[in-house]
Parts: sequence; structure tokens; C-alpha cells
Amino acid sequence: MKIVVPVKRVLDYNVKPRVKADGTGVDLANVKMSMNPFDEIAVEEAIRLKEKGAATEVVVVSIGEPKAADTLRTALAMGADRAVLITADQPVEPLGVAKLLAKVVEEEQPGLVILGKQAIDGDNNQTGQMLAGLLGWAQGTFASKVEIDGETANVTREVDGGLETVALTLPAIVTTDLRLNEPRYASLPNIMKAKSKPMATKTAADYGVDVAPRLTITHVAEPGKRQAGVKVGSVDELVEKLKALGVAK
Amino acid sequence: MKTLVWVEHDGGSVKDATLATVTAAAKLGEVHLIVAGQGVGDVAQAAAKIAGVGKVHVADDAAYANALAENVAPLIAELMGHHDAFLAPSTTTGKNIAPRVAALIDVMQISDILSVEGPDSFTRPIYAGNAIATVKTRDTKLVLTVRTTAFEKAAAEGGSGTVEAVAATGDAAKSRFVAAEKAESARPELTSAKIIVSGGRALGSEEQFHALIDPLADKLGAAVGASRAAVDAGYAPNDYQVGQTGKIVAPEVYVAVGISGAIQHLAGMKDSKVIVAINKDEDAPIFQVADIGLVGDLFTVVPELTDKV
Ligand SMILES: Cc1cc2nc3c(=O)[nH]c(=O)nc-3n(C[C@H](O)[C@H](O)[C@H](O)COP(=O)(O)OP(=O)(O)OC[C@H]3O[C@@H](n4cnc5c(N)ncnc54)[C@H](O)[C@@H]3O)c2cc1C
Ligand SMILES: Cc1cc2nc3c(=O)[nH]c(=O)nc-3n(C[C@H](O)[C@H](O)[C@H](O)COP(=O)(O)OP(=O)(O)OC[C@H]3O[C@@H](n4cnc5c(N)ncnc54)[C@H](O)[C@@H]3O)c2cc1C
Repeated sequence: MKIVVPVKRVLDYNVKPRVKADGTGVDLANVKMSMNPFDEIAVEEAIRLKEKGAATEVVVVSIGEPKAADTLRTALAMGADRAVLITADQPVEPLGVAKLLAKVVEEEQPGLVILGKQAIDGDNNQTGQMLAGLLGWAQGTFASKVEIDGETANVTREVDGGLETVALTLPAIVTTDLRLNEPRYASLPNIMKAKSKPMATKTAADYGVDVAPRLTITHVAEPGKRQAGVKVGSVDELVEKLKALGVAK
Repeated sequence: MKTLVWVEHDGGSVKDATLATVTAAAKLGEVHLIVAGQGVGDVAQAAAKIAGVGKVHVADDAAYANALAENVAPLIAELMGHHDAFLAPSTTTGKNIAPRVAALIDVMQISDILSVEGPDSFTRPIYAGNAIATVKTRDTKLVLTVRTTAFEKAAAEGGSGTVEAVAATGDAAKSRFVAAEKAESARPELTSAKIIVSGGRALGSEEQFHALIDPLADKLGAAVGASRAAVDAGYAPNDYQVGQTGKIVAPEVYVAVGISGAIQHLAGMKDSKVIVAINKDEDAPIFQVADIGLVGDLFTVVPELTDKV
């Protein structure tokens, strides 16, 4: 079984996003970019399934600027086998990404596609579910455990009330939650090896898919700021404050 | 505009998240509901009483018993033939289903809306709420998920909707519900609680988390939350996580105990009315957003506080 893992290049999670003064977006010039953390978890899961013998090949895909090649190299250094870079000259929305991924799936015929549950920039939490809808496949979103059992994937999902387990008929889509695994760091020898692993480069146009955006971002603003309040000196003072709020009796 | 709202329910009653979603939908036009499940007659009757609701579509079938997206999405896609907008709360169920519906009807979903600016224009948080984008769509139909803390709840009583059965679209036979491990708790639900006490990594162990956080929460009648670090370390279950990638909460009072205040955590609670922080590091970022801060060791402060409130 082949596994496809889409990975997105995003603003590093340690960087505090700054809204541009002209209200057109978030400043991404000269800031550290990294692989979306949920996608690192997805790559790790795919590699572990391969190490366990449940998968034969891990193919990573990214849609974005040419620099997304760096993100793909990171995935290759972690242990993915092969990469596909699809360049686009403007940001592609989740629906467009899902349509491109559906074409990749048609070509690659994977048994499983593992995506992040959300990208920490757009915070959309859509792409995996959309891909599943387009393909008519089963979906196991927000996964904290994945077990392959023949033609079935048993996926434990993190849901609002706790945990839920579903059995998916393969091929299927999985999206990762934080506690699925702890991704490995790429070792230096593996980073070197990754340089010679195959990476195909395509453009969105090669797939004949309409990825023109449906949405226009008309304005981006900073959220309302909270003011720091007071510091109290003792528990008694805190209790007084809570009483004033009607919280304590 | 005719809207269709996903009714979040537990098989017996309508969940609060539905009420905020109805408020968002009412800003767009007529509000119709879809109740999907098995044996959901009572839920439909209750839903019809929500203020401002028109038609309540009920799909009562074994295929919808566990709200599997593979079965529910085709049902909604069909109903979208005669509705202009589909709205679901940003619960894990809403987030699981709505994008699949969007793909089936070729619409780009707008996630987690904070406000309705017009029939095709909405605001939504991006980058963990560090930026608020105003987005305009050129799609002719809408698929939206709604951040429920951003909208008032519609009144649960006073409406007189009409209940109408819709034909089931069947079992897609792609997936099967196996089991749920749901925490039973007498405490209020995290996303609708008026007071929340949250614990962080500083609690040190599951035992200490329960020994310190639970009694304070119970004394205040509060729900219990946690940071990701506390959940990852196994001090608290996953459904306690507050933050960018956990639950979004906005209670009257949020008490953060031994939580540093990383942007991913703040993303989930900074709209709380009053934030109280207890941390031994006076420079912890949580104090930058806290209305009331107490610098101190939680292992002495929290028991004393529990005793005195
Ligand atoms: C006019 C316009 C301007 C925009 N400007 C910006 C901007 O300045 N900065 C910005 O970040 N966004 C911008 N966007 C939004 C951006 O193009 C995407 O729509 C959005 O970031 C993608 O959503 P997401 O990654 O949150 O999706 P999610 O659904 O949250 O992603 C989930 C998962 O899908 C997979 N995935 C998603 N995207 C890709 C991809 N490209 N390649 C491979 N896998 C992927 C990953 O596995 C990911 O974990 C703009 C959009 C428009 C229309
Ligand atoms: C993709 C991604 C998504 C994430 N999503 C979330 C999310 O949804 N929610 C979330 O919470 N985090 C999230 N995080 C993690 C986040 O970045 C932080 O790591 C996390 O919030 C830290 O948790 P903490 O504050 O409990 O721990 P720490 O940062 O370790 O803080 C512990 C605090 O306790 C204080 N302390 C220590 N001992 C005591 C004592 N005895 N008495 C009083 N105070 C004490 C310390 O001064 C410190 O401030 C995410 C991270 C990533 C990369």
C-alpha cells in the first residue's frame, strides 16, 4: 500500500504573526517558515506504517511557491521516499488544493492519504474532508490512533466529548491531531540522503484543474487587544476580587 | 436567503452550539434546520421551539445514528438543492461534516465565522486569532462553520417551526462507528460554562491535576480545562484542551493555573470576559492578557484559594 501525505509550508509556529499596516495580510517577508506541525505528524505516521510493514511507499506532495521544495526535502529527510511539488502563482484555497490532490490520488492510487487536521496559518480545517468528499472515500478526522487491519483502517478520533473509534474501508483519508505521535527529527545523514531522493515538479495547470480562488480577502486586521490588568498580592485579595465579580461567595 | 442549520444534539436534546449558529443564520435570512440521527423525534420537536425557526427537516435513519460524514454529507448536499446556505457550529461534528458537503456542491467553505458583514462577506480568525480576515465569496451558495462564542444564543423556546420528515439517502457503507469513550461528568460543559478553571504543565502529574484543579472548579461550579502541554503529558483528557487546535471558550471568568500563555493557548480563551492567572513567574506571557494576576506557587496558592472561596 502506498501512502500520500500532503504537506504545507507555513509560518513557523514559534513566530508571532504580524498584520501588515496596509491591512492586506500577514507579513511573511523574512520570517521563518516551516512544515505545518500537523503535517509533520502526518509524515511521521506514514513512515511508522511503512516501518511496521503496513505500507510500501510514502509520497509527499506540496502545493505552493517553489520554496515549498524545502518543506518537501524535510519530509524526505524524515523518511518519505518521493516528492511531488505543484507550483502555483497565487495562493490555492483548500477546495483547489483538494481538487489537485484528487488528481494526484488518481495517478498514485494510494491506499491512504494522511493530512494535517488544519494548517496553522489559514486555520481552515477543510482540505482532508473535501478530498474525501471529492473521491467518495471514508474519512477519519482528528486522529489520535491509526491501525491498519487488512482492508480496514481503525481510527480513534479526538472529538468534543472525548474519543471515538471508526472503522474505515480502504482507501481512506486520515487527518492528524496532536497526540497521534511525536515526529522524529531528521538526522544529518538523512538530510544528506534526502537531497538525492526524487522530486517531480509540476504546475497546477498540468492537472487541468480550475484552482481560481472563490474568496477574496478584502481586509486583514489585528484583533482587539486586551489590556493587562492588576496583580494582587495575596490569595485574600484574589478572593475579594472574585467576590466582587460574583464568582466567590 | 434560505439557510439550513445543522442541529447538534446528543440524541435527546439540542446542544447550545446550535443556538448560536441559528443567530448567525438569522442574519442571512430564513432559518431551516436539519436534524439527522436515529430516534430523534424529540430532538426535532425541541428544535422546532427555537425562536425564529421555520422548517425543521428530520432525517431519522440508522445511517445517521453517529453522524458519520460519509452518510450525512450526501443528505445535506441534496437539501442544498433548495437552500442557499449551510451553517454548522465549529464543533468537531460540524468541522467533520461541513467541508465534505462543500466539496460535494463545489463551494469553498468559510470556516469559523465571527461575524456576518453581508450576504457574501464574513470575518474569520486566521493565524491562531492573531489576525482577523474579512472574506468575500463569489460562490452562489454558502457553506459556513460558526464560532459559537462570537454569536449570542437564540432563545431555546418561543419558536413554532414545522417538522417535516426527509427521505434518507442511505448508508454509504464506507465507514462504521465502532465505539465512543465519552467522559461522563457532573461539571458544566467546557464550551458553555460560565466559569472555567484550567491547569497547565506546572501541575506535574495527573494526580496533582485532579487534587488541585478539580476541588477549586467544583467549589466555583466551574468546568475544567487544560493546556496542550497538560493533555500531552496525560494529566487531563484530550477533550479538556483549550486553544487554537482545541476548544474555543469565552466564559465570564477563566482561571489559568500554571499555564504560560503561549499564543496557541491564548487563541482559545482570550475572549473570556475576565481572565485570572496564577503563575510563579511574574514575566509569564499570560499576565499580559490577565485582568487579575497572582504571582505565586500554585501548590500553596490553589489549596488556600479553594479553601477561601
Ligand atoms: C486572495 C487570497 C490571499 C491569500 N493570502 C494568504 C496569505 O497571505 N497567507 C496565507 O497563509 N494564506 C493566504 N490565503 C489563503 C491560502 O491560500 C489558503 O486558502 C489557506 O491557507 C489554505 O487553507 P489551510 O491551509 O488553512 O487548509 P487546511 O484545510 O487547514 O489544511 C489542512 C491540511 O491540508 C493539507 N494542505 C493544505 N494546503 C496544502 C498545500 N498547499 N499543499 C499541500 N498540502 C496542503 C495539509 O496536510 C494541511 O495540514 C489567501 C487566499 C486568498 C484567496
Ligand atoms: C501546532 C500546535 C498547536 C498547538 N495547539 C495548542 C492548543 O490548542 N492549546 C494549548 O494550550 N497549546 C497548544 N500548543 C502548545 C503551546 O505552544 C504551548 O506549548 C502550551 O500551551 C504550553 O502549555 P503550558 O502553558 O501548560 O506549559 P508551559 O509553557 O511549560 O508553562 C508552564 C507555566 O507554569 C508556570 N509554573 C511552573 N511551576 C509553577 C508553580 N509551582 N506554580 C505556579 N506556576 C508555575 C511556569 O512559570 C510556566 O509559565 C500548540 C502547539 C503547536 C505547535
